[in-house]
Amino acid sequence: MAGHGRGPVRRRLIRLPWLWPAVAGMAVAWPAWVGSELPAPAPSPPRSGYEFARPETQAIQDDEFANPGLFWVERGAELWDSRDGVDGQSCSSCHGAADALAGVAPTYPKIDPVSGLLTNLEQRINACRTRHMGIEPYPLESDPLLSLSVYVTQQSAGQPLQVQIDGPAHPWFERGRSLYAERVGQMNVACTQCHDQRVGHMLRAERISQGQINGFPAYLLRWGTVSSVHRRFQFCNEQARAEPLPIGSDDYNALQLYVAWRGTGLAVEAPAVRR
Amino acid sequence: MVLAVLVLGAALLSATRSDTADSEPVAIYQIVNDSIPQPLDGLVGDPERGRAIVAGRAGNCLACHHAPIPEEPFHGDLGPPLEGIGDRATAGALRLRLVAPRTLNPDTVMPAFHQVDGLRRVATQRRGRPILTAQQVEDVIAYLLTLRADAR
Ligand code: HEC
Ligand code: HEC
Repeated sequence: MAGHGRGPVRRRLIRLPWLWPAVAGMAVAWPAWVGSELPAPAPSPPRSGYEFARPETQAIQDDEFANPGLFWVERGAELWDSRDGVDGQSCSSCHGAADALAGVAPTYPKIDPVSGLLTNLEQRINACRTRHMGIEPYPLESDPLLSLSVYVTQQSAGQPLQVQIDGPAHPWFERGRSLYAERVGQMNVACTQCHDQRVGHMLRAERISQGQINGFPAYLLRWGTVSSVHRRFQFCNEQARAEPLPIGSDDYNALQLYVAWRGTGLAVEAPAVRR
Repeated sequence: MVLAVLVLGAALLSATRSDTADSEPVAIYQIVNDSIPQPLDGLVGDPERGRAIVAGRAGNCLACHHAPIPEEPFHGDLGPPLEGIGDRATAGALRLRLVAPRTLNPDTVMPAFHQVDGLRRVATQRRGRPILTAQQVEDVIAYLLTLRADAR
């Protein structure tokens, strides 16, 4: 029985001899039950969560009449043209037709030149409201904000994820990478342990995917609503019985940048459907 | 190397556990040769209760393991099946596996079910309490020991 405990470690060490010093260092620096996992390289090739989803779920996503995410797309299209705020401006007053933003969504999150902060698409939409339309931001995770986000994302359907991780984005990327490898919660697990090391295994009724975000914001059957990337991160944290971080927090944006980079080249799916 | 991790892990475990606890949420135990030979707090386990813990949300063992619990439809496969574990493992070995699995495999995803220290960002409502109490750990062990080839 103890053989089960040691076997996987020993096998990995034999296959990857360069890990020896790293693991030895870990043993000295930390008690055996605390610590970060070693950062994993991006999965190659990256694979969409769609490939791991059940056939029923895939069928709902593929059906252009039954896909419930399309309600959010429709609402987004209405909001795109609806005038709001003191000057009565709409998104289309500045951007014209929404397909002018084709190719934009897969470059987020990115550094906002005004604030200097890493910003995701929902926060960018809110920045348009506060800076250019003179109105209050939508609450994060609200229906109108997610509708606009899905609509803007759909303009890039099929285009590859391509985020920038150098220059001012680099420290955010590094922060995201360490968050991805950090063990948290009462279950004491890191993202990388499931989404790099145990891809394809079953966790109860769920097949573990690479944890890619090319389908987000996605319609989640379990909640009957569209969910942002950050809400999905919260859910994985909650499953590990870890305190979730706030939606829109710098930490989740950093994590989102890292996870987007892991999926570089994956085609945007909008609206995606997941369990 | 593996041995060094084990020894160090064991030493730290016995040296540092539960000094932050105000009301002793975890039992004091000692690791001897890949095993915790003594029942936690000297408690006696009940296999019926243990089965319910393994099957239900308390232990959530079926998230990762297959077990002979047919009324639960979905069993995970992150860990080895538990069928026959009573033939393969002693009570002491099972106790170490449940209480401090990282001394056996520092990379494991199996949680330490009876640990409160050395964890980060634990959900507020769960802080300071182990996943399973000493009694629940002993109940689970009592159940696992019934999983023998000749008992089926
Ligand atoms: C104990 C296992 C486990 C851990 C740890 C974990 N996840 Fe997940 N995650 C899952 C499972 C199971 C699902 C649902 C099935 C799937 O899509 O992989 C999931 C789904 C996801 C998805 C949605 C993928 C899709 O295509 O719908 C993302 C994104 C994700 N996880 C990211 C993360 C991140 C980031 C972390 C760390 C903060 C993390 N996960 C930690 C098990 C885990
Ligand atoms: C999140 C995943 C996970 C959960 C939850 C989990 N385990 Fe495990 N378990 C594993 C893995 C993976 C292994 C394989 C060895 C390793 O990685 O340390 C394992 C190994 C074991 C072993 C040794 C099996 C053998 O054949 O040697 C036993 C016994 C065991 N687990 C019992 C339990 C019990 C009982 C519970 C619930 C109270 C439980 N596990 C919950 C993942 C899990």
